Amino acid sequence: MTYLAGEMMTGGYGGVDILHECSIGVDRGQIAVVVGPNGAGKSTAMKAVFGMLGLRAGRVMLDGEDISSLKPQERVLKGMGFVPQNQNVFTSMTVEENLEMGAFIRRDDISQTMQQIYTLFPVLYEKRRQPAGELSGGQRQQVAVGRALMTQPQVLMLDEPTAGVSPIVMDELFDRIIEVAKTGIAVLMVEQNARQALEIADRGFVLVQGRNAYTDSGAALLANPEVRKAFLGG
Amino acid sequence: MTDVLNAIVLLANFVLVPGLAYGSQLALGALGVTLIYGILRFSNLAHGETMSFGAMVTILVTWGLQAGGINFHPLPTALLALPFGIVGAVALCLIVDRLVYRYYRQQRSTSSIYLIVSIGVMLITGGLIRFIIGPGDRKITDGERFIIKARTFKEMTGLNEGLAIKTTQGVTVIAAFLVVGFVFWFLNRTRTGKAMRAYSDNEDLALLSGINPERVVMIAWIMTGALATIAGTLYGLDKSFKPFTYMQLLLPIFAAAIVGGVGNPIGAIVGGFVVAFSELIITFAYRKVLMYLLPDGMAPEGMIQLLSTDYKFAVSFVILVIVLLVKPTGIFSGKSL
Repeated sequence: MTYLAGEMMTGGYGGVDILHECSIGVDRGQIAVVVGPNGAGKSTAMKAVFGMLGLRAGRVMLDGEDISSLKPQERVLKGMGFVPQNQNVFTSMTVEENLEMGAFIRRDDISQTMQQIYTLFPVLYEKRRQPAGELSGGQRQQVAVGRALMTQPQVLMLDEPTAGVSPIVMDELFDRIIEVAKTGIAVLMVEQNARQALEIADRGFVLVQGRNAYTDSGAALLANPEVRKAFLGG
Repeated sequence: MTDVLNAIVLLANFVLVPGLAYGSQLALGALGVTLIYGILRFSNLAHGETMSFGAMVTILVTWGLQAGGINFHPLPTALLALPFGIVGAVALCLIVDRLVYRYYRQQRSTSSIYLIVSIGVMLITGGLIRFIIGPGDRKITDGERFIIKARTFKEMTGLNEGLAIKTTQGVTVIAAFLVVGFVFWFLNRTRTGKAMRAYSDNEDLALLSGINPERVVMIAWIMTGALATIAGTLYGLDKSFKPFTYMQLLLPIFAAAIVGGVGNPIGAIVGGFVVAFSELIITFAYRKVLMYLLPDGMAPEGMIQLLSTDYKFAVSFVILVIVLLVKPTGIFSGKSL
């Protein structure tokens, strides 16, 4: 059984459904990647899994428990971390304060977790007294991921973590994400850079118009001629 | 040389000292406005009446204390009553939030709806205040009137011009300094304060981080009620308490908040002094200063006053218009309105 799974999710904003019986999921220590063309409902699927979108049908399971009715904040308490695509840092606050706010729900000592994040992202330690809004795009993404990791989540959900960063920074971010997954955290992410993302993915979900088009291991999807032709540019 | 000193003392007496006191009052008022703007995201036009309400409760308690023979000599008795005024204004803010603003939060109303709602709150609160204490002018200042009297200063220095510092002016500046220091310490050093800044910065991310919005809103109202009462009481002590003046104070207070950058606490402080000094510098009559500085015979005949003091509110208005035209985010780049 999958650790985190959105099963047969149907729903959208207002009266229009964007997702149609869409299923995505990830296991501990694995990286699962959701890819697909623009408007395929990738981000919507993530929001649905995190409870930011009402589902008309389907459910979300975490470690065998149905969490469909929980609010996003309650899912944070259950061990889920979410990095939104946009506005994912507190721009006017320092890097360190961003991390502190990430750990807001924790009442215990957070200094050790903060140390782990500085070890994972050394540049954040150097910039810890700077407002996050003054950092480069790649560094901001690191702050955003670091903020989400401060609750010591079991699941980390990333919505296009490499949007708007250079290819070199993208490779570095992917390396860090692999390191995060190696610690036993389940990583579920949406990616625009489908090929590179599928290369590091244990599982891949190709969505088209809110439906699952292909679901397989990352390597198998990369090898699938139909997927290559339609989504990976040949 | 003495002429230059006389000119400086004259300016200090009529511009610097009153400017510091008035600027402190505006800064405290603007801090409350900016706090509500940062957290609840609307321009709270009822803020002047909150100041008035807090000051009114303080005055009522002051009368009680004075009648009971309790005083705070040499400081004004009103300072003893201030905590009661704060409690009263905070209670008013929380009750109004519960009865009025919470509904619009649940409706996810736009900030223009909030603005209109706050006008309603302003009118009702204003009516309530005049119903309780009446529209008249109230003098509440007691205790020692001056820290330095003009005559004493003249005798001490041998200058022609005197420098008078009223006790209320001294109290105002010191109190504002302490309060502002506390607010900044709270916002920058405490967990709750940081959570408020986070909520103001990025509401959605704050929710994702588990910050409870209702608690943040409640603390914002508590701080606003306290700041408003302190600002309102200090203003009432320095000038006099008259319910209508607080409605007029809205303009310089909003000008101060906007000049500094709405939602930015440092901006509110700086804006308060910018507006206060602009008002005083533009409405001050420079004739005597020039008489000291210019050679004999060149002294001007007119008052050399750019604008009559009756028009002092026009200064705030002009500052407001200029800032909104040239740099709508204010000096410290707050949120644009």
